[in-house]
Amino acid sequence: MKTRMHPGNAVVAVILIVAALLPYFVLPAAWLGLATNILVFSLLGVAWNITGGFGGMMSFGHAVLFGSGAYATAMLQLHAGINPWLAALAAMAIAAGVGTFIGALSFRYGLRGSYFALITLAFAEVFRVLASSFAMTGGGQGLSLPLATGLANMQFASRLHNYTFVLLLVVAGLVITTLVQRSRFGAYLVAIRENEAAAQALGIDTFRVKVLAMALSGAIAGAAGVAYMQTFLFVDAQIGFGTVMSFEALLGPVIGGAGTVLGPVLGAVVLHTVGELAREAIGGAPGLNLVFYGLVLLVILRFLPNGLMGLFLGQRRRPATKEQA
Amino acid sequence: MLGLIIPVALNGLMTGAIYALVALGLTLIYGVLHIINFAHGSLLMLALYAVYFMHVLLGVDPYVAMPFLVLAFFALGYVLQRGIISTFSHGKESNILLVTLALSIIIDNLALYLWTSNTRSLNLPYAYEMIEVAGALLPLPRLIAFGAALVIALLLWLGMTRTRDGRAIRAIAVEKRGAELVGVNVKHVYALCFGIGTACLAAAACLLIPTFYVTPQVGYAFVLIAFTTVVLGGMGSFAGALVGGLLLGVVEALSGLFLGETLGQIGIFLVFILMLLFRPQGLFSARGVR
Repeated sequence: MKTRMHPGNAVVAVILIVAALLPYFVLPAAWLGLATNILVFSLLGVAWNITGGFGGMMSFGHAVLFGSGAYATAMLQLHAGINPWLAALAAMAIAAGVGTFIGALSFRYGLRGSYFALITLAFAEVFRVLASSFAMTGGGQGLSLPLATGLANMQFASRLHNYTFVLLLVVAGLVITTLVQRSRFGAYLVAIRENEAAAQALGIDTFRVKVLAMALSGAIAGAAGVAYMQTFLFVDAQIGFGTVMSFEALLGPVIGGAGTVLGPVLGAVVLHTVGELAREAIGGAPGLNLVFYGLVLLVILRFLPNGLMGLFLGQRRRPATKEQA
Repeated sequence: MLGLIIPVALNGLMTGAIYALVALGLTLIYGVLHIINFAHGSLLMLALYAVYFMHVLLGVDPYVAMPFLVLAFFALGYVLQRGIISTFSHGKESNILLVTLALSIIIDNLALYLWTSNTRSLNLPYAYEMIEVAGALLPLPRLIAFGAALVIALLLWLGMTRTRDGRAIRAIAVEKRGAELVGVNVKHVYALCFGIGTACLAAAACLLIPTFYVTPQVGYAFVLIAFTTVVLGGMGSFAGALVGGLLLGVVEALSGLFLGETLGQIGIFLVFILMLLFRPQGLFSARGVR
């Protein structure tokens, strides 16, 4: 499917490129941690967007893929002594496997819509309880990687280098999204989102397409988990598989514009930057930032059903589907 | 260990009655509005805090507070549905889920901000009064909760079958457009259902608090249990929610006994996943959901 480049996309791209370059020039070093965090969430949002945005399979438990990536790379390094780069690739494969498993199981039994959202959430909870129950996964303590800076160890002494590393991952994620969007596979996904029965009637193997999307989403979310692990050198069950991470995965895309290439990143950047500014203004208190995210989500759903990208692209994309009878 | 099974199971049955009550509200909302109310647990948490503060600040006994809170939460639910959920979602299923998710994030974290993550519980004089049933010692409040949950379920059922509003609700659940054509005010009935569903939570909170605690996270723990109950009993089925709730209370108590506290939590999630996969229409229903 050929997609015409909309001038709105170019505007957003320029804004995001400028934002991405800020840490190199003007941003105070204190903000670098936040910037890296935003990138990790962006990557997770990019992963969610493949299934949730293009395919319309709304997952409420994407943390299961993120956590699998983070835990897998940490366990492979700690227990098997595998080189971090190889461990990272293996972790992505494992996360893709988890995505394939959940997808195949759910779609084999025809779960969609709200049911799919609930089952992904339940899987994330099962993984969270399991991760906090066994010694191999660090139990309630979680897992820490020993500090060993160096490119060979995928640990960066300079936080700016670390930022660059995650930035490259996000760019790679966006390239993959663009390729998906322009491919036959992407067109199939959109067809499934708009009308699964019709897509099937046209001869699309919808089960295969959906499971493949879950695998790809799993690999990218796994990469986000790896990026988190290599940045913070720590993960526990609540961070890895907790609901906050699952919400982060969908907040960016839904707020930025689900089913668009740049939407997840735009959403994550705007949400967290504004959230941080609000935190500086009112003073930090536990919970307040999430209250703010929830409010933003409500406002977006009410006034910008196509997300922030809708501001730039106009409201022509995706006509409102008919109300479910 | 084996001697413990009956007392533990009986205790589970008591908890299960509360699950049933929570699930009744959820299943009513699902059965009529066809929406999954993700904020259900958060509203329960809010109700628990309401009962807690009514006792701590005003000295009102939870059981006395019940009628007031039921009315207040009915109004809250009515307004939420009519003012926010229906207008903010533009009628799209996926957006409704996201709107209720946003509401739950806001309510949960506002509670965390206002009341911190401290666990709070009431110290009521009758909380530890034990009654012996079939060789098991059961706390009096739990027995009251068990009985009250059954009575409330019965009242709801009577309301559904014997009143005009109940008939309108059932008509919409079966055939929305047809009901609209014969003059049923759909918006009103939707909000009514949401209100009743939320009122169930207030009742559940009043019955729960004497033997339970409240933290901002408690709603989240309940929401998955409530969904599991509803799926067990069959989405939209009253009797199903009741039986499902009782069953789940027992399953949870027993898996806690055999697997230990942490791992025991998995029992419920596994039941939930297996039910969604293999019998999404519920244990007792022959018809499919889709």
